Amino acid sequence: MSAFDKVMAARDAKKPTTVDFIENMFGDSFFELHGDRRFGDDKAVIGGLASLNGMPVTVIGLEKGRNTKERMERNFGSAHPEGYRKALRLMKQAEKFHRPVLCFVDTSGAFCGIGAEERGQGQAIAENLMEMMTLKTPILSILIGEGGSGGALALAVADEVWMLENAVYSVISPEGCASILWKDESRAADAAQCLKLTAQDLFKLGVIERILREPKVEDKKIFESLKMLIARTFEKNLSMPVDELLEARYNRFRKIGDCKNEK
Amino acid sequence: MDLFTFLKPKNELEGASADTELNRPFVPDSMWVKCTGCGAMLLMSDIEENDKICTKCGYHFRLTARERIKLLADKDSFAEFDADLMSKNIIDFPDYNRKLKSSKLKSGENESVVTGRCTMGGYDVVLCVMEPGFMMGSMGIVTGEKITRAFEYATENMLPVVVCTVSGGARMHEGIMSLMQMAKTSGAVKRHSDAELLYITVLTDPTTGGVTASFAMEGDIILSEPNALIAFAGPRVIEQTIRQKLPKGFQTSEFVLDKGFIDAVVSRKDLKVTLVKLLGLHNVKRAGEVEN
Repeated sequence: MSAFDKVMAARDAKKPTTVDFIENMFGDSFFELHGDRRFGDDKAVIGGLASLNGMPVTVIGLEKGRNTKERMERNFGSAHPEGYRKALRLMKQAEKFHRPVLCFVDTSGAFCGIGAEERGQGQAIAENLMEMMTLKTPILSILIGEGGSGGALALAVADEVWMLENAVYSVISPEGCASILWKDESRAADAAQCLKLTAQDLFKLGVIERILREPKVEDKKIFESLKMLIARTFEKNLSMPVDELLEARYNRFRKIGDCKNEK
Repeated sequence: MDLFTFLKPKNELEGASADTELNRPFVPDSMWVKCTGCGAMLLMSDIEENDKICTKCGYHFRLTARERIKLLADKDSFAEFDADLMSKNIIDFPDYNRKLKSSKLKSGENESVVTGRCTMGGYDVVLCVMEPGFMMGSMGIVTGEKITRAFEYATENMLPVVVCTVSGGARMHEGIMSLMQMAKTSGAVKRHSDAELLYITVLTDPTTGGVTASFAMEGDIILSEPNALIAFAGPRVIEQTIRQKLPKGFQTSEFVLDKGFIDAVVSRKDLKVTLVKLLGLHNVKRAGEVEN
């Protein structure tokens, strides 16, 4: 599969979304919590409580919607500032109750629009990056489709970041990159290749810890094994002293990019 | 949609090829300059004497990092950090090596940010200033690394930090690695903040994208120069997305002030005085010794 095939696969409307993951992994134990307590309830972000094999967890995910009606409601998974603020509110709540946080990322990017700018899209993302870095509870983020730039990163400052094998994660969309670089959006496939945005590329670059098999909605077994894997990771991170956990999270990002002084 | 293009003053757009105009100095190297704000023809020497502010309309021309350091740091007090750190083409992005080379030549800098320690009105501070002439202040690994190191140094030495931003956002030529700098710098800012140390940001034209969505918006106090573009998504990106004309004055410093996202709009003339005043209100140490 070429990099652009992966982009297409990541955007495939038939791919399981955050809602599918929540339904298949948590079933009736999931209780959705709404609103950022400041402005509104952004439906591009789903958040709530769930039981992971008996362990209470906070689950937060970007949701694109599974049909046209849902996609309109969910704004195609592009969150406004209130979506990121809802996510942060639920993370702070998780910290208070010592619950681990599980994030699902699937977005083409934070929404670009008048309201989003007026309400501080940049500030909302920046605050999440800062606060997640020192959130005193384990965080795990899984990219299940598209990871579009800052809007994805705002839910992916975590102890570990995993990706589905056909998910992508990039600083800019291949179309955007092609139009800047070659003034030609139709060269998106070339741009996708250049950007090194596949799970396999990112694993090599040391940006993610694990590549996961693509689940199908009917495939219960794969969701079960994913649950086990997540539970083990949370158990390991919950057993760490908080200082060590936060030091490791800081260093996880601190070491990205090879920088040595020339002299 | 070319982020760099929409950030250009309009009079620079016509007939210019993207590559050659990208890193051109913002004030032409001739005796006369046409003001981007009011169109008046100004004598170069007049605006240089006036901190590159239009004498007719108050338009703030962009400053290079060195010009701004000269404006803010006490005379001869600036000791630079990591001047030798240089970006590499880590993901083999096409044409990036050439772009780095030409940016270095045109800006005279090795990266899009200059960091160091100085005194400001006698107060000891760590100062980071972004360089518009280096790929429009875009954030690559080295940009992120230099800012992170500056914050770590400030935390260790209990110093306040002043960051002057000017940026088109994350640098796509470094792919995901540039995106990760947003998290890395934010982590360093958070540690500095948790140590109860002061961080002031000065937003200048333009501050957009990944820089807005990370350290630019993380200051305890956020100042901006007048009429600067302050945005997450740039106006042209938004216009393309929503297919609507944006209202006049949208995403200017004054607009962002009105929406509650910055503390004050400060003219360049008053910038140093304002910073010194704010430092004075935070029990910041007066310099004992300055590193040279």
